[in-house]
Amino acid sequence: MRALTSVEDLERVRAELLSRPAPETAIRVCSTGCRALGALEVCDALEAEIAKRGAGEQVRVIRTGCHGLCAGAVVVLIDPQGIFYQRVSPEDAAEIVEETCLHGRIIPRLCWSADGEPAPLQRDLPFYQHQTRVVLRNCGVIDPRSLEQALARGAYSAAARALSGTSPEQVIEEVLTSGLRGRGGAGFPTGRKWQFARAAPGQPKYVICNADEGDPGAFMDRALLEGDPHLVIEGMIIGAYAIGSHQGFIYVRAEYPIAIEHTEIALAQAREAGLLGENILGAGFSFDIEVRKGAGAFVCGEETALIASIEGRRGMPRARPPFPAASGLWGKPTNINNVETWANVPRIMEQGGETYATIGSPGSKGTKIFALAGRVRNTGLVEVPMGATLRQIIFDIGGGIPRGRRFKAAQMGGPSGGCVPARYLDLPIDYDSVKEVGAIMGSGGLIVMDEATCMVDIARFFTDFVQQESCGKCAPCRIGTRRMLEILARITSGQGEAADIDRLQRLGHMIADTSLCGLGQTAPNPVLSTIHHFGDEYEAHAAARRCQAGVCQALIGYRVLEDRCTGCGLCLKACPVGAITGEEKQPHTILAAVCIKCGTCRDRCRFDAIIVE
Amino acid sequence: MPTPAAEVRRLLVDLQVSAHSNLIGVLQEVQERFGYLPAPALVEISRRARIPLSRIWGVVTFYAQFYTEPRGRHTIRCCRGTACHVKGAARVLDAVKRELAIAEGESTPDLLFYLETVACLGTCFLAPVMMIGNTYYGLLNPQKVARILRSYRTDAR
Repeated sequence: MRALTSVEDLERVRAELLSRPAPETAIRVCSTGCRALGALEVCDALEAEIAKRGAGEQVRVIRTGCHGLCAGAVVVLIDPQGIFYQRVSPEDAAEIVEETCLHGRIIPRLCWSADGEPAPLQRDLPFYQHQTRVVLRNCGVIDPRSLEQALARGAYSAAARALSGTSPEQVIEEVLTSGLRGRGGAGFPTGRKWQFARAAPGQPKYVICNADEGDPGAFMDRALLEGDPHLVIEGMIIGAYAIGSHQGFIYVRAEYPIAIEHTEIALAQAREAGLLGENILGAGFSFDIEVRKGAGAFVCGEETALIASIEGRRGMPRARPPFPAASGLWGKPTNINNVETWANVPRIMEQGGETYATIGSPGSKGTKIFALAGRVRNTGLVEVPMGATLRQIIFDIGGGIPRGRRFKAAQMGGPSGGCVPARYLDLPIDYDSVKEVGAIMGSGGLIVMDEATCMVDIARFFTDFVQQESCGKCAPCRIGTRRMLEILARITSGQGEAADIDRLQRLGHMIADTSLCGLGQTAPNPVLSTIHHFGDEYEAHAAARRCQAGVCQALIGYRVLEDRCTGCGLCLKACPVGAITGEEKQPHTILAAVCIKCGTCRDRCRFDAIIVE
Repeated sequence: MPTPAAEVRRLLVDLQVSAHSNLIGVLQEVQERFGYLPAPALVEISRRARIPLSRIWGVVTFYAQFYTEPRGRHTIRCCRGTACHVKGAARVLDAVKRELAIAEGESTPDLLFYLETVACLGTCFLAPVMMIGNTYYGLLNPQKVARILRSYRTDAR
């Protein structure tokens, strides 16, 4: 695109884009998250079928970002009707083009269905009905590699207005009014952070987008950068203007190749269109952004470690103060916000801080994106107002727990968070309420656990994680987490003793009190919160040597219930070590000496005929 | 694997390595080109960027993605994230290890595969997941893993 020279020029181009004739039918295929299940092949097949019918004028395939309902991958949305198809494969392409696109007929087998009743329209799916998609508005709608499509959906209008008619102080005032709090985890008021950076003496100043989304179980930042990168860039332009910065960085995990690719495409497009670089839109403000790829260190999500990494050093945190707002990148005033926070900024400027603040709970404004995963039907990305309850998220939107099992807990906040047990299902979720029950909002990873999840095993899992990711700079985190892991390994392998639980708690509080950075200070949370809410499971492991959930391998064995087994042979075929024997249509047997207790057979069995003891 | 010093020099000239360079970015480029970080390249970076070799070594050994020995052509990344863990990531990892007869952090003798685990691939909805190179494989079970790995073997021949 040619360089835009003024705000009026931008609006002229936008009007021109909107007046262009659009094809009658748009097939929006998620080509980011769904790529793992063959989305690109689906796109190619659809395009080939369209070409075969010479229907290129009427029907167009748009390769979009994430639609949200990842459980249905590959997901396809057909507009203008809003027809939602899931589990689409290349073999379905001909039928979709012929039947649905050209003749307006629904294909029931591709529809999402509730109790066998197909629901063809996206707006009729409970998954979407209960959401408030503000930040994710364009995700799944536009092609993230197209600046034109983003502009047609309003991109950069908020930045244009901020740059041309508003003072930096007014921008900060607006963000303060909105009540926006950092979406990366700690929930610090964004406007205050910006005030500090603006007021700090020293030039140049830097803004950083933290896209080092390392919490296992969180993928909203990935989806935003992949599905609507211009939104994040626009937020950064507004923030840089407010703070008085001319250079920004997006620090993104190297594990996110599609996010890196789409961000770099978007940056190049924005530069070419005069939306980044010298004298943006002729408004007298200059700003550019560079991408920095992480190199595989969880601790780099911590802001001082992230800064060290951009500076080309080992990604180790340092003591604060001084905070980055006063002394950050190369010792200069620096403002760091995470991807979702930046993505909220244009929405605030569009509607004004006051309107933005009408959504949410008293202390936490706006919406929050949750990554719903684990033992839940509709895994995917969910955006709800702050203050929504776990019941709304997991049952109304998420469709509840599969296989008729019972909900046990939700793990929130990743390795820094904790488990929220079933009795808090109706607790309105915001920064403060989650903290009160021993977890944290974190970046919004929400892992659903059912009765077949062992809480001691989960605690061991997270401790193992932080142990491996501890940077080693301070002793409480480096040595303390190792000691905790040893105790947990002992308990889960049937060697524990009752006093171990007390040891874990004492160690945990010590690590929390004395560690240098957020990683260490929060590292014991998964252990402490599970001991608090599920102390009986720890006791069962340590004293009775039992794992009720049937997970800890040293404490369990698998057995076939002869009266239930139909001899279908599914388990026999699935067993990776050949530990199952039996004649067809006769009850099978598990050879305990060969069994590695992996549980594949139990998951595979359709008759619940395999039990854990 | 010998790395001609001339090739190292050429790459570093291409990258315009200087005292103002982004060190981690340079290391990523070098590794991208050679498949690993050869010792002569680190010495050359140190000289050009005027960064002590000891500091470069510190950086290289800090980040999980840098390595100083050649590795298998396809890097297999098994996700050990929470969602994958809950849905049986351990089984998937075991299946890879069994199929290739290597442990984490090892390459197959034919240098076709290298195996590692990662904290989270951010595709939790497809759990359990692994990546081979830049390709995602989701909703895995031990049989699928064996099938996928064998297809790479076949392609290699």
